[in-house]
Amino acid sequence: MNTLHSARGKRGFFLVLTGLCVWLLLAACSLSCARKEKTDSDEARSGAAGAPFKVGLVFDVGGRGDKSFNDSAYRGLVRAKEELGVSFEYIEPGEGSDRASALRLMAKGDARVVFGIGFLFTDDITQTAKEFPDKKFACVDYTVTDAGGIPANLVALKFREEEGSFLIGAIAALKSKTGKLGFVGGMKIPLIKKFEAGYVAGATYVRPDVKVLVSYAGVTDNAFKNPSKGKELALTQYSKGADVIFHASGSTGLGVFEAARERGKLAIGVDSDQYAEAPGYILTSMIKDVDVAVLETIRAAMNGTFEGGVRTLGLKEGGINYVYDDNNKALIGEDVRAAVETLKQKIISGEIVVPST
Amino acid sequence: MDWMIVLTFVAQTIRISVPYTLAAVGATFSERGGVVNIALEGIMLNGAFTCALATYYTGNPWVGILAAVAGGVATALIHAVVTITFRAEQIVSGLAINLFAAGATRFLLKVIFGSSSNSGRIAGLPEWSIPVLREIPVVSTVFSSPLILTAVVLVVLSQLALFKTVFGLRLRSVGEHPEAADSLGVRVTAMRYAGVLASGALAGLGGAWLAMDQHSFTDGMSGGRGYIALAAMIVGKWNPLGAAGACLLFGAAESLQMQLQGGNVPTHFIQMIPYVATIAVLAGFIGRSVPPAADGVPYQKERQ
Repeated sequence: MNTLHSARGKRGFFLVLTGLCVWLLLAACSLSCARKEKTDSDEARSGAAGAPFKVGLVFDVGGRGDKSFNDSAYRGLVRAKEELGVSFEYIEPGEGSDRASALRLMAKGDARVVFGIGFLFTDDITQTAKEFPDKKFACVDYTVTDAGGIPANLVALKFREEEGSFLIGAIAALKSKTGKLGFVGGMKIPLIKKFEAGYVAGATYVRPDVKVLVSYAGVTDNAFKNPSKGKELALTQYSKGADVIFHASGSTGLGVFEAARERGKLAIGVDSDQYAEAPGYILTSMIKDVDVAVLETIRAAMNGTFEGGVRTLGLKEGGINYVYDDNNKALIGEDVRAAVETLKQKIISGEIVVPST
Repeated sequence: MDWMIVLTFVAQTIRISVPYTLAAVGATFSERGGVVNIALEGIMLNGAFTCALATYYTGNPWVGILAAVAGGVATALIHAVVTITFRAEQIVSGLAINLFAAGATRFLLKVIFGSSSNSGRIAGLPEWSIPVLREIPVVSTVFSSPLILTAVVLVVLSQLALFKTVFGLRLRSVGEHPEAADSLGVRVTAMRYAGVLASGALAGLGGAWLAMDQHSFTDGMSGGRGYIALAAMIVGKWNPLGAAGACLLFGAAESLQMQLQGGNVPTHFIQMIPYVATIAVLAGFIGRSVPPAADGVPYQKERQ
């Protein structure tokens, strides 16, 4: 009896301990979330009088501080607050299924426009938009499929990444000494394939004999957060003679930069200006102005000009660009810059049509 | 045959295998003592994080290495307390630790470094110049890394510790037949704690490799390596040398996959290589792989 009792006592203690751990985690989480929301609404209250136009946003995996995609979306929110006087709140979902409930939570509240950042939101946001027909929704990198169609209150914000990648490819090819370039992608999906296609097209356009080595990090979404793998892939490409590598692989690309440092070669960033990750080794970055897309969508919703459907941003609309500033001026050079600007105008005028597959 | 390509391949294989090997060799201690340790993934992640954190603030990578071992041991201690003292289901505890580590490191990354992506840049370990080894082209880059050399030494020492020492004999007896060991005066609980903590130290060191190689901590950077290490340990039949061999094999498959990409074969087929190799080895060449008899079974001194 005694042992039985003590066993039960121990199990009870264990349960309490587990409960305590779970509670601590939840408390820590809700505290941090609540803090953020509070400061945001405080800022909004001081920013605009009356009840401001409210915007809700759900981040992609990685959340704020990813120095890339999500941070760019956040800059759009901040600009909307400064320029349009809106208030905003956001949720950073954990892994997997929190996305749908986060969207629903936003839609149920007083947010008038709800954003989902990333292609992973495609199914969830379509469903939520149907459930809340009086709210406006926007999804960055929405995957358009033939089935179903897009609800009238949902705008799919898409980018012509291939156009920016084309210019990047041209820069890389013009700067390459070996005539070999590298491309490191995350997962082989149509979205990343667009980067590859544009890059290869741009490189071969300015230098037909150029060779592009293409590698992908994996077959699951883990491929976008495996820097060690990215480093080895880049080292492989450098050892095969490539001297400039463009990555479209999330934080896997940080490994590509590390390899560039180690070998004294060049790498090219993606989504945001990634120069600071390896100063001196980042030739340029292809920029996707998610912030502009977010800002313009909010503006349209406020002015009543919001339209559902697909909205595609490219070089022409200023949604895509490449970095040329004081940091990398010397790396790129005036002549290459001029050549790339000519190509840019040709794409904008439609003289060059960039393939996306 | 171009020897440079072969040497590049060998060097890459070794680099990829290092974190696998450290974690897998660690796992042999835990499992030989009778505790299944799928918490390796979380232990590596925590080790990588504490390594980056300590190196970042002290500027001394050796402090980072110690911190990685400490972080690994601390994480393993949770697993030990839960599974040995409280006799909880070992798989569940391991999974919980993996989820906890993923969340906790990301949370702390945000609090401390203000980013959900990566920490600030940290100093790497200095390179060692070893006579003879430094003469081999390409591969010399591998054998100048203190962590790789340490890993090689640790594999051999672990094999000796498990099979040639009193400690090893006691640890194995506790994993095979804890009642018998107990009746002979071996302290089952203490031995099992030692096994789990040793695995924590080694897997933490594996995490240190990841952080040092990247010169930073990146969210989720263990990337499933803990699970692969566990598979390697099974393929290696619960022996440190066998586990290290299996890790080299997995590393070679992964390296081959990287070298072949960009050719005419579709990427998806090439990316299957490591998995196909694993299945082929498990099914075809290794034969029966038998775990310690009491592996995964909590020990209770008195039964009703």
